[in-house]
Amino acid sequence: MRKCEVTGVKKLTLSATAKDRYTTYGLVVLIAVAVQLFVSYGNASNSFKGLLVPTCVYVLAALSLNLVVGVSGELSLGQAGFMCIGAYVGATFSVITAESIASDAVRFTIAILLGGIVAGVFGFLIGIPVLRLRGDYLAIVTLAFGEIIKSVCGNLYLSADKNGLFVALDVKAKSAHAFDAATKVDYVNGALGINGIPRTSNIRVNEWAFVICMAVILIAVIVMLNFIDSKQGRAVMAARDNRIAAEAMGVNVTRSKMTAFVMSAFFAGVAGVLYAHNYNVLDTSNFDYNQSILILVFVVLGGMTKMRSVMISTIILYVLPEALRGLNKWRMLIYAIVLIAMMLINNSVAIKKLVEKIQAKFAKGAENKEGGAA
Amino acid sequence: MSSFFSYLISGISLGSIYALIALGYTMVYGIAKMLNFAHGDVIMIGGYIAWLVFSSLGLPVWLAIICAVIVCVILGVVIEKIAYKPLRTATPLAVLITAIGVSYLLQNTALLTFGPASKTFTSVVPDSLGISIGGIDITGETIVTIVVTVLIMVGLTLFVNYTKSGKAMRAVSEDRGAAQLMGINVNRTISLTFAIGSALAAVAGILLCSTYPQIGPYTGAMPGIKAFTAAVFGGIGSIPGAMIGGIVLGIIENLSKAYISSQLSDAIVFAVLIVVLLVKPTGLLGKKINEKV
Amino acid sequence: MKKILALVLACVMALSMFACGGNTDVENTGDATNNNNEVVENAGTLKIGGIGPTTGGAAIYGTAVKNAIELAVNEVNANGGINGMTVEFMWEDDEHNAEKSVNAYSTLMDKGMQVLIGTVTSAPCIAVVKEAELDNVFMITPSGSAVASIDAPNAFRVCFSDPDQGIGSANYIKNTDLAQKVAVIYNVSDPYSNGIYEKFAAQAAEVGLEIVAAEAFTNDSATDFSVQIQKVKESGADLLFLPIYYEAAALILDQANSAGLDLPVFGCDGLDGVIGQLGDKADLAEGVMLLTPFAADATDDKTVAFTTAYVAAYGETPNQFAADAYDAVYIVKTAIEAAGITSADISASDLCDAIVEQMTAIEVDGVTGKMTWSADGEPTKEPKAMVIKNGAYAAM
Repeated sequence: MRKCEVTGVKKLTLSATAKDRYTTYGLVVLIAVAVQLFVSYGNASNSFKGLLVPTCVYVLAALSLNLVVGVSGELSLGQAGFMCIGAYVGATFSVITAESIASDAVRFTIAILLGGIVAGVFGFLIGIPVLRLRGDYLAIVTLAFGEIIKSVCGNLYLSADKNGLFVALDVKAKSAHAFDAATKVDYVNGALGINGIPRTSNIRVNEWAFVICMAVILIAVIVMLNFIDSKQGRAVMAARDNRIAAEAMGVNVTRSKMTAFVMSAFFAGVAGVLYAHNYNVLDTSNFDYNQSILILVFVVLGGMTKMRSVMISTIILYVLPEALRGLNKWRMLIYAIVLIAMMLINNSVAIKKLVEKIQAKFAKGAENKEGGAA
Repeated sequence: MSSFFSYLISGISLGSIYALIALGYTMVYGIAKMLNFAHGDVIMIGGYIAWLVFSSLGLPVWLAIICAVIVCVILGVVIEKIAYKPLRTATPLAVLITAIGVSYLLQNTALLTFGPASKTFTSVVPDSLGISIGGIDITGETIVTIVVTVLIMVGLTLFVNYTKSGKAMRAVSEDRGAAQLMGINVNRTISLTFAIGSALAAVAGILLCSTYPQIGPYTGAMPGIKAFTAAVFGGIGSIPGAMIGGIVLGIIENLSKAYISSQLSDAIVFAVLIVVLLVKPTGLLGKKINEKV
Repeated sequence: MKKILALVLACVMALSMFACGGNTDVENTGDATNNNNEVVENAGTLKIGGIGPTTGGAAIYGTAVKNAIELAVNEVNANGGINGMTVEFMWEDDEHNAEKSVNAYSTLMDKGMQVLIGTVTSAPCIAVVKEAELDNVFMITPSGSAVASIDAPNAFRVCFSDPDQGIGSANYIKNTDLAQKVAVIYNVSDPYSNGIYEKFAAQAAEVGLEIVAAEAFTNDSATDFSVQIQKVKESGADLLFLPIYYEAAALILDQANSAGLDLPVFGCDGLDGVIGQLGDKADLAEGVMLLTPFAADATDDKTVAFTTAYVAAYGETPNQFAADAYDAVYIVKTAIEAAGITSADISASDLCDAIVEQMTAIEVDGVTGKMTWSADGEPTKEPKAMVIKNGAYAAM
């Protein structure tokens, strides 16, 4: 009985009640509308506009990782790998079809779906071995997968001539291949990556880019919240809180975890597609384990539970280093110190007690006025 | 055949460096149960101190080693006190993120102090130590690294198994709460673990920089990740496991460079790691964790 | 609810601070004030921006460029500025990351940048060049050597492109009969190294050089080269071509020496700096040949003046990144003077059109040689073949 109570309690704090859910949806819509109005009619600076799409990308990536880390309770250090797959698939598709598909909207939509689906398929394949492992071993295997993906993408060569596509993992093989020089086109070029991606999610090129990204985030949030509230979502959380108890209750833990993992990979892939289309160039240097860790930091500092707080922590933490640019060379040092300080303040027992004391004082004052509204 | 042995020897040489770093990782993980991602950067600091004393000021080698060890031990203990100790009851993830923050902090401090250009490190090992067996040259650095790694491994095993502090460490590792009830000072034991881990990092830093004679703010980052992989490979928390994991990883890396693909060697190393973990989910020598209901 | 509100407020505050704060405080890393020269007529302040990595693994290249631009800007200001205009230099870090580089570019634009010197590294440059094209801001990259790095009519470069270096090296080796069988060790995760190798291989096949070994390494395994060296040793090559940067090259020379590999070594401009990097093992660099437009040890007046000033200001010998960046400032100066612009009160776009028009006409004699430009932004200059003799460069 005790175990059931535990899961019950967690369920209440985690699974969103209807009101809670609509608050989150409302927040996304509110931010989208407010920011878009500011961009259209206000005096937004270049850097403000420039940061909108990348921030959305990281919000989506953090939300996707939250499914694994927050909801399933598994430590994954390979989220950048899924982003990398999505980015490469989406960008390659867009580069190849840049001329054959005239409509940006159609091409971009297909690219998003394709990138997400391929990343999801990889999520499934990687999930089979990964979800058998626990804790830090799971973490290192996801890290390993991320590095493998980065390494393979960074060595990928994809060209075409009139005789068809040519794929190689080695520049020597490409050099040895006899191309028809007149019709040869390079799509993916090893360390140089992909060049000349048609930019459909850049706010300087397409002024609706930000709204499109927010729409994708809204869809992701709806899908994720529905999943968390579904039977499978509850099963995943039950297993997170007590795997043995959940299994004893007849919950198919592996299947539910797999659903969460694949969904996470899918949305990370989508984030990758959005990312790739924001720039003219794509290479693997931005998808290393540092990137995975960065996304993990967003999720952990967002509290790993509520989607809103993950979104907000991502926005603040992504914008922070940019806002610190005035500090010049001290920028990254300050960022590191802020990061440590935030973790300590969030988690330290002594500081927690202090905060509670202060809160209690304030609460007393507030209670007198509002009559204890929570 | 001779080229195969040559690859093997160079693999062992590379692997012994990984092993030395992995010992520090595994030590801290085994007792404090945390992934100290800043370990690689403590190594870098150790390297810089040795560079400063030995290469830059021209003082004797033994002084450089002692200075590096002392600075790293102080650094390790201070980091533990300020950044990790307040998080003793927090989730492992919180500690992990803090460790990453510490890693950024150390890297950027080094960047601001010593500048971005990598410095030339003078090897602390005299050239005359190198030997040649059957036409294969083995450098002095390799020999010293292997000897030091083995000595440290044996020393650590004896320490953990037979001394009072070592026993306290094992007790803390098994069950922190119970250890405390038995009168073990958990905080002191964990501090001691960090002190030892950091001393190992200093030694690893000096040998790493002697073998590949450069030191920069990011020198520790990649070896740190590889050594972490090696520690998991051998079964994280196991001292002999770290040694074996490191050597095996080095050999795999060099053989795959030689015989499969020099471009994809990183991917191959990680693929082998995944396969090993699937067959033995707790690494080569890792302890099986019994789940308690 | 209150909590959410507070969070949203905090977030809006953070963003608004950031959104509006851009225009107010102008960071000034180049010291625009000059003591020994009184500008009688104030023609305004020309804002030159620079982007490159000053943190992260590539920080060494960005820092060199930043220092050299700073040095050149101070010199220019001390000598009366450009047509009387004082130059203000603003620098932003991009961590060698395309995403951060575009962010840095936006920040500089908010600060009123009129000319961009950058970016330092190839891939971020490819991303930024498209932004600069949209805004029509003149940009000249000191060291972005990938072909696509200047893929815009308003983008130029100071250094050679990667293909040029690859083709040039193959031709040089063939024409001077240095070797028949060549072994290559290159960095597969570095576009610079990869780009040179790809064209070198193609050109080698063309002119009849045989590549007997082509061994790769990556940024993640750039310390241990024993396997690559062993393979080169077994390949029977009579020359080792290293189209890589000097840090890795120093390690390779050291390890090759331990492994008993004794081949003549040939490299490109990235190899400059290898003598200093080897430290007390500098004798290992003896006989290394390189094609580079700049050599810090050269004895011509320009190089000596630049090197002395750089060492005095920053305490290290300038590398080719610094040299390219130093020249970039004088290229911008020459072009603006040629265009006859006398007031800094000009939009970035108009300034860009004026400079671009002059770029194909001017000739600049800098520390990296005499340069002219074609309309596609590529420089024409002579690479000098150097050989290291007695710890110094000598012409071959």
